[in-house]
Amino acid sequence: MDNLLRFRDDEAHEEPAVTLDGFLDQSNATAVRLEDGEDARQLLPFLDRLALIEIGFSAFGDGRGYSAARILREHGFDGEIRAQGDVLIDQIAFMRRCGFDSFSPETPLDPGDAEKALARWNHVYQHAADDRQPIWNKRHGQ
Amino acid sequence: MKILTGNDLKTGDVVWWTGYDWSRHVSDAVPVYDNVTDVIAREIAKRAVSDCYTVEAEKTDDGVLPIHIKEKIRATGPTVRPDLKISPPDPAAGNWVI
Amino acid sequence: MYKYDNYDQEMVYTRVAEFRDQVERRIAGKLTEDQFKPLRLMNGLYLQLHAYMLRVAVPYGTLNSEQMRMLAHIARKYDRDYGHFTTRQNIQYNWIKLEDAPDILADLATVEMHAIQTSGNCIRNISSDQYAGAAADELVDPRPYAELLRQWSSFHPEFSFLPRKFKFAVIASDEDRAAMRLHDIGIQMVEQDGAIGARYYAGGGMGRTPMIGPLIRDFVPVADLVSYAEAILRVYNRYGRRDNKYKARIKILVHEMGAEKFIEEVEAEFAHLQGQNIDAPAAELERIKGYFEDPAFETGLSDEIDRSDPDFAVWLDQNVHTHKQPGYAIAVISLKPTGGIPGDASSAQMELMADLAERYSFDECRVTHSQNIVLPHVRKQDLHAIWQKLVEAEFASPNLDLISDIIACPGLDYCSLANARSIPVAQKIAQRFKEIDRQKELGELKLKISGCINACGHHHAGHIGILGVDRKGTENYQLLLGGSGAEDVSLAKITGPGFDEDGIVDAVEKVTDVYVAEREDGERFLDTYRRVGMDRFKEALYG
Repeated sequence: MDNLLRFRDDEAHEEPAVTLDGFLDQSNATAVRLEDGEDARQLLPFLDRLALIEIGFSAFGDGRGYSAARILREHGFDGEIRAQGDVLIDQIAFMRRCGFDSFSPETPLDPGDAEKALARWNHVYQHAADDRQPIWNKRHGQ
Repeated sequence: MKILTGNDLKTGDVVWWTGYDWSRHVSDAVPVYDNVTDVIAREIAKRAVSDCYTVEAEKTDDGVLPIHIKEKIRATGPTVRPDLKISPPDPAAGNWVI
Repeated sequence: MYKYDNYDQEMVYTRVAEFRDQVERRIAGKLTEDQFKPLRLMNGLYLQLHAYMLRVAVPYGTLNSEQMRMLAHIARKYDRDYGHFTTRQNIQYNWIKLEDAPDILADLATVEMHAIQTSGNCIRNISSDQYAGAAADELVDPRPYAELLRQWSSFHPEFSFLPRKFKFAVIASDEDRAAMRLHDIGIQMVEQDGAIGARYYAGGGMGRTPMIGPLIRDFVPVADLVSYAEAILRVYNRYGRRDNKYKARIKILVHEMGAEKFIEEVEAEFAHLQGQNIDAPAAELERIKGYFEDPAFETGLSDEIDRSDPDFAVWLDQNVHTHKQPGYAIAVISLKPTGGIPGDASSAQMELMADLAERYSFDECRVTHSQNIVLPHVRKQDLHAIWQKLVEAEFASPNLDLISDIIACPGLDYCSLANARSIPVAQKIAQRFKEIDRQKELGELKLKISGCINACGHHHAGHIGILGVDRKGTENYQLLLGGSGAEDVSLAKITGPGFDEDGIVDAVEKVTDVYVAEREDGERFLDTYRRVGMDRFKEALYG
């Protein structure tokens, strides 16, 4: 897992992620992987016992995983959400905002570049899955 | 015949393969053959051009020109702005297209 | 008009720095073209037929004089001294160097401008009614709502890799001057029981599969304006097709899913988003509205205009629109001189428009989706002086909404997607009908030309539409009749086999002849077409 960039304090989850179908069938696995376009809401009944949800990006231009992560966070999931696959440096700031807290890109990211990318934006315009206050709240002292 | 074209990475200029370098003037283009894939890979790798591909071309009285109208306009400039013609420099040279 | 605060300004500067870094990484080879392309597109930078093309956002089409002067400066310093105003109320430059692009964005940022999200599969610049804040028939100024959506959609983390591009239009009058229902989301601000809210349409669009957007919800309270948009976008992001880029727009999703099922999905997502704190605080809309209050109109001005100069009277009748304030008018500068390139303006012309806006229109001008420039708030007593200055600059074509006020995409002269040239066809049609009396005799006639089926020239929405196609390597033009992008929205239908470049000009003339022969009192071309039907026109065209 040399490529793993992680923004959590807990130990990285070791158990390999099972497919969504495998998980829904009967598994008591604690890690599951969603492919592009698989419905994150199918996991909602099981969020309590999941430690890791890995979301695959087969191509960086396929943005379904951003919605999947955000939905999971909106339903209170506080385990690890990992972006795996075609994950690029210029996407990780958006991914963080949608609730991803680890990255396992196919092509390793330079940690310095990643830090720079994540630190770039001091403000955000809209609410997302992180706890950042949108500009329109800051403006009005909220 | 086929000629090789691309866009200069930094400037975006339409450029044509002269056999050893790129030129903004289609009249400098040379025919390319099957071995051109090596040139394409090398030129993209060294970031001389952002992309490149071959187009069908023919010799005309104005020199080498692509056959298809899109590449022809790409080679010579917008037909509605003769003042911005790239090449050939003759301002009447765009008349073929009207 | 809206003014950046430190937050807005910092966001734009940060974007400039980010893009500068991305360009450096591309030139240094750290990014491949495939990786760089979506990044440059999200900053409006295309690789076009001749060079890079930069599209600069003009939010809801509104500009001040300083911004217009900056657009002139960009044209002069970095391009070939001109720019092209587009059907998205934006401007684009055709001859940009990649290595200059960060500097251009930095220059733009100094006047609160940018190229953010003017391309790419994200939420694009939001368009609006070009007469917003000036029109007599509007319920409210739609732009504060558009501005709220601009902020929400800028750098949206969830919706920056959508299946395809996404366009909003926001209007607030029953007369639709923004082709609202031909947008991915069209919003009309309406009133219900004394409260303002948004009527949402979704799934409209042009392109290769034109559709008129169905009504999704009759009334969304202003307090939910953003979360309702968020719900629609989330449904689209999750379920929009990604297997075929030609079927990836939301209109296909709405069509394939059915409007009813689509609405069900949106309402479920909207219900889920309640309590997620998506919407802006009410104070934010009030803050924004403060920027769109009426300028300090003078009162007691006369509505009398001296019409003794007949050429001025022609311009007055055609290019001047009713203003809500007595003594004031809306004046439109036509970017469609006979034989010119529709929507193009030189840096000198931009500077003239900036001067006129500053001196006569409370420092404001607007870009219209029909590629003209509006001076929204001019005193009627100044109209003659404005007109004289336009005449001196050969910029006073009195042809608004007439047959020569043609919308045309750049076509094959500039665009790598095009199949045929649009501009020469527009020029030839304008030449054919160059007598202004003849144009006025034909009345309101919206002619729109696209050089390919992507329909940037809105041909589906033309009373007369022209679509350029490639027929075995030569340009061919199909004729369409009966479209409208206005409140009487309809999609134009193809007449039959296409024509060559001269043939299409003759064909346009033939259909206008049919109109003149068939029209009844007060009918526009479109009305006559709708009454008599396609066959009568086909007969004249194909015998």
